[in-house]
Amino acid sequence: MATRLAVLETERCVGCQSCMFACSRRQEVAGLTKSCIGVRSIGGMERGFTVIVCRACSDPPCARVCPTDALLLREGGGVRLEMKKCIGCSHCREACLIGAIQWDDTTNKPMICIHCGYCVEFCPHGVLGMRKKEVKGHAQG
Amino acid sequence: MLRDDPLVNILYIDLSSRTFEVKRRPDLFENYLGGTGVAIKLLHEECPRDCDPLSPENPIIFAVGPFTALFPLASKSVSMFKSPHTGNLGESHCGGRSAVAIRMAGYGAIVIKGTSDLPVYLSIHSGRVQFRDASSLWGMGCFSSGRIIRENEPGPGLRTIMRIGKAGETLVSYACVTTETYRHFGRMGLGAVFGSKKLKAVVISGKSAIPVVDKKQYRKIYKEIYDAAVKSPVMKKYHDLGTAENILPLNRFAGIPTRNLKEATFDKADAISGEAFAEQYLGRRLACTHCPVGCIHIAALREPYEDEAYFYKTTMISYDYEPIYALGTMLGMTNPEDFLKLMDRVEWWGMDAMTTGVVLAWATEAQERGLISEKETMGITFSWGDPISYINACRLIVEQPNEFYKALARGTEHASSLYGGDDIALSLGKNEMPGYHTGPGAHLGVLMGLRHSHLDNAGYSVDQSKLVKTQMDPEDLAETLFYEERWRQILSSLVVCFFARGIYTAERLPELLRIAGFDLNPEDIGRIGQNIYEEKYRFKTREGFSLDKLRFPKRIFETPSPIKAWDETYLRRALGHMKAVLAKSSHI
Repeated sequence: MATRLAVLETERCVGCQSCMFACSRRQEVAGLTKSCIGVRSIGGMERGFTVIVCRACSDPPCARVCPTDALLLREGGGVRLEMKKCIGCSHCREACLIGAIQWDDTTNKPMICIHCGYCVEFCPHGVLGMRKKEVKGHAQG
Repeated sequence: MLRDDPLVNILYIDLSSRTFEVKRRPDLFENYLGGTGVAIKLLHEECPRDCDPLSPENPIIFAVGPFTALFPLASKSVSMFKSPHTGNLGESHCGGRSAVAIRMAGYGAIVIKGTSDLPVYLSIHSGRVQFRDASSLWGMGCFSSGRIIRENEPGPGLRTIMRIGKAGETLVSYACVTTETYRHFGRMGLGAVFGSKKLKAVVISGKSAIPVVDKKQYRKIYKEIYDAAVKSPVMKKYHDLGTAENILPLNRFAGIPTRNLKEATFDKADAISGEAFAEQYLGRRLACTHCPVGCIHIAALREPYEDEAYFYKTTMISYDYEPIYALGTMLGMTNPEDFLKLMDRVEWWGMDAMTTGVVLAWATEAQERGLISEKETMGITFSWGDPISYINACRLIVEQPNEFYKALARGTEHASSLYGGDDIALSLGKNEMPGYHTGPGAHLGVLMGLRHSHLDNAGYSVDQSKLVKTQMDPEDLAETLFYEERWRQILSSLVVCFFARGIYTAERLPELLRIAGFDLNPEDIGRIGQNIYEEKYRFKTREGFSLDKLRFPKRIFETPSPIKAWDETYLRRALGHMKAVLAKSSHI
């Protein structure tokens, strides 16, 4: 079994974005530059929020379209970025329909959620959590 | 502070020439931190003496601080300008996404000067400023203009959209600037300053990094602050019921201004309490960016259309303590839905809810007394608890079809100077009173507070916590409030939400500041608070303010407050003492 980040209840989100700051901070950068999470309103605050995190697909389209095999499949879902192979083509970002691949403009590389769960500690209202996932796929990395 | 912190970047925009530039000003941030401190220095630099608040010379200044986007609950931004409402220092704070967006766009402050010949909005993303034609938005309400800009601009999830409604365009002196639909630079008329510059909106986004001194310690201390915030009882209170939680306690304390402060209790308080709104209407709770509390409460109001069966509209309307006081108890509003309908319109036009309520309350009593008639009101009979008359009057205040509504569009102080009834005109320092008739602390606090806000020094809190137990000489009360106000200059310069004042304590600040690159001990911090206070006072006196020229509406002495034994002489003594204390300062 592996644990992966999941959105447990989107409607509980108040839009504080504490998770986004936590993600960047976890990577030793204060601010939002490194955040792999996207929280935004659904066309106005009155309608609530969409919380975009990597779903840890077992057969992830982002990896399938990568021309240099820089995105390696992980046991239990999701991908790991092998930075030196990545050419910054951004195909992965376009392939992810939910928009879970954020972009680092300073390095021109994707930012990939590693499912560490640090953001969950900073979700005050039970939106984010860790879910156990059965290991099905073949790990590459 | 740290050399590479983008906080030192100040974006200067000139609407007349449609140009912009960025200047690095470490001097300002090193000496005045950010927020209020930096904004008042910029106001001294940019605002010419005696300038007309609605002229191109009046600058709009936004400032954030070293804690913005660094620590939780540092969620506010500060605006400064010369107020068209009071003719003096205009300072108004706003949450939403405003603070984080400015900081993440790579700025510590923004200065907007000049005026545009056609309606524009500013689009500020990743170091680029665009002047965009807003002609097709002119005349639109806050909701629609926000939606259209949202659909046309980048940066979802990262942007603030500050905009005005029609009240700003028609220069109502208490027009607000609305951000993220439900938060405001509410008081002092920033919306009219926007309108005078033909500036419909400002949208800002970014995703910057902030340097810190000690990354490991930063993560540790962040967690401490965050945990303290989410576990504190104050935070729970504001998450559960929001600021509206205060309606019933204030009513029990007999300190909630009602029907133009003819009374200080409201017999129908139960119907418009925080509990009643939560149980019957609460549809959603929201947070300002980087604040886990989520104190913003949004009611869902479902109304049938009268011309067709099973045809409804559902409107989401924000409520808080102060709007419930001003548009609720102050206007005798006994039906929560009537309050929500009025609130919704006030939001649509972009008027400050607090001021609007007090203006309408004065008009109602002025009409009762025969100071004005239906000739002036254009057929409206103001009536306590009647939302239709108030909604119609708001529209006329915005449109200003006659001299009376032109006067109302400039506030209670001005209208009563023309039509009489100044003893029932509830403005203090020319700003309409907040929802506290708790005792001398509340009124003295607003009178001596440098932005005439109850949050300057929280005098209402001194009434409820200290004066209920013991009497204070006016001099002692003034000094207590003075001490608190100087401390709050620090909080509003860092900039943290005042709700978090119990977490951002004097003991914690040196370590937090060290992480942001400031080497300051408690004495240094105290001195900076004093300096910022004095700079604000210096601006006020420069523009003609005097503590001994303040007007007292008689009503505040006539209606009994829970704290007894104070009168006009008491307040005069307190203000006289303050004047003497400040006269001794070397900087003023």
